[in-house]
Amino acid sequence: MALRRSLALLCNRMLHFAPEASCPGTMSLLKVLPDQNVSGNDINQQSGFASNPLRTFASNAVQTATKTDIVSASQLSMSPTNKIMYNEFNHTRFAPGTEGRPFAYFVQTGGRFLYASAIRLVVLKALVSLSAAADTLAMSSLEVDLSSVEEGQTITVKWRGKPVFIKYRTDEEIAAQAAVSLGDLKDAQKDVDRVVDPKYLIVIGVCTHLGCVPIAGAGNYNGWFCPCHGSHYDGSGRIREGPAPYNLEVPEYKFLEGGKVIIG
Amino acid sequence: MRSHNKIQVLKLLNQHLGVYPTPINLNWSWSWGSLSGLLLGSQIVTGILLAMHYTGHVDHAFASVQHLMVDVPSGMIIRYAHANGASLFFTVVYLHVLRGLYYSSGSQPREIVWISGVIILLLMIITAFIGYVLPWGQMSFWGATVITSLATVIPVVGKQIVYWLWGGFSIDHPTLNRFYSFHYTLPFLLAGLSIFHIAALHQYGSTNPLGINTQGSTIQFGMYFASKDLVALLILMLVFAIIIFFSPEYLGHPDNLIPANPYSTPQHIVPEWYFLWVYAILRSIPNKAMGVITIGLVFASLIVQPFVSVVQIGSPKFRLIFERLYWVFVADLFILTWLGGQEIMPATMLMGQLCTIIFFAFLLILLPFLAWLETLLLI
Repeated sequence: MALRRSLALLCNRMLHFAPEASCPGTMSLLKVLPDQNVSGNDINQQSGFASNPLRTFASNAVQTATKTDIVSASQLSMSPTNKIMYNEFNHTRFAPGTEGRPFAYFVQTGGRFLYASAIRLVVLKALVSLSAAADTLAMSSLEVDLSSVEEGQTITVKWRGKPVFIKYRTDEEIAAQAAVSLGDLKDAQKDVDRVVDPKYLIVIGVCTHLGCVPIAGAGNYNGWFCPCHGSHYDGSGRIREGPAPYNLEVPEYKFLEGGKVIIG
Repeated sequence: MRSHNKIQVLKLLNQHLGVYPTPINLNWSWSWGSLSGLLLGSQIVTGILLAMHYTGHVDHAFASVQHLMVDVPSGMIIRYAHANGASLFFTVVYLHVLRGLYYSSGSQPREIVWISGVIILLLMIITAFIGYVLPWGQMSFWGATVITSLATVIPVVGKQIVYWLWGGFSIDHPTLNRFYSFHYTLPFLLAGLSIFHIAALHQYGSTNPLGINTQGSTIQFGMYFASKDLVALLILMLVFAIIIFFSPEYLGHPDNLIPANPYSTPQHIVPEWYFLWVYAILRSIPNKAMGVITIGLVFASLIVQPFVSVVQIGSPKFRLIFERLYWVFVADLFILTWLGGQEIMPATMLMGQLCTIIFFAFLLILLPFLAWLETLLLI
């Protein structure tokens, strides 16, 4: 209904400023619709608004009072509904453009954008506060001095709350691991891909089955044996027998000068 | 049928927060109530976040707070929001109570609203006091020692009761641990009581600044007063943000940044600013037992207001004597607050006693007398 009404008004307006071709068939309508566009144009031209044929301003409906201060009551009661005469000197009204729903809705929407961003900020600050604190992050890297490790020895260090095995392998052990065919492995990985320096194997000492700590120097494959459910890992930390699905995880590490390695 | 007219829970919310008929002439001082509720929510949220990082052990409590301030992402903001939020909470609640006194909101038939409000205030004071002990600074420890020792005024069993409160022979780990537990629990009790407080209010509806019957001129709470309270909230959040980000330590005491030392008492033990008026009243009574009884009397005299001063006129606009003397009472509260932070000297002792007399005279003599006088003159 509102669409039809606004289209009718649009056609009416175009008719005043454009030939019949722009809105065919409206001549008959005009006889039915009340004349809406008289006497407002003077004000528009006087105040210098751009004379735009397609829109009106609220001030169109308002006429400035004539010289007299007092408007006679009979004058007011006789005026038709769209020719409301306000006494400018006793009344104030909203500046054109700030009255009505469109302006109010714009202001409210602007406010809602601000509330949304404020709520987002509070929620994010609260959630991010749950992530690792600075002291936890500081403990996330560990430096290990490898000079104390003898050849053939495996040591365990604590890193990020988990055990890490560092095995100083002999050349025979390295060769034995390289010789293992990939077809025998549940989780196929070459030994060279699991080490930075083949002499040192550094793996996280948590069984990939359900999380127990495997025992070093045990099992059938010269590596580790997990006592919880019987997983056997070889000298490269790869799963050979048992229920564990993956090889022992290799953490990020790099070697520093002076025989040190930094894990994490 | 629309969901909020059909579903029970939504119907309840719509009835009490959506379409609830509210007097059309409420002014800004009616916003304090909803602001207090929101601040309670803020304290609970920041408190739960704090509890993830705080360690409630005497050897680790202070360090855990420092860890929170320095290591935890946004930890400083959460801590200051909680500490200053408590101050803001008390400010808003005090203004809410003062509004109640000014407009006689607690008079008939809203006695239950008033009494539940005073109980909420009491619980707030206990919760805030316990919360202040948790950081385990010098002021935390010694403030707790002073106030818990007040229980020794109880005859015969006083000392045993204090040992029972402490869980030992002095304030130590057992005390801290149980304070942590209480500080976590009481706010949820507070939340429940606040719902009861609003429910009691909704039995008869809000009063209004003119004290007249506004049954015929109400508008729905829904968009109108929700928007008004939203504006009040925005201003409150601005003040909150300015305090937290520009002067977060202003309302605190520097002595609380020193770890608690049971062998060394600070020179001036003062509670947080929102307790200073009660502290001043306590200290102005020379006798220890009478001082504690006086504190009880403070809250008792607040609770009995609806019964001893039966006010027929709801607005100070029509009670000119009361209106003038009310501001004397407010000034008295400010002076008491200032006195609570001063050293005990003959001058401040005298001032304290004078202000305490004015305090009780106002609540227990003047208000009832004025109410009686107005009733007399009305007839």
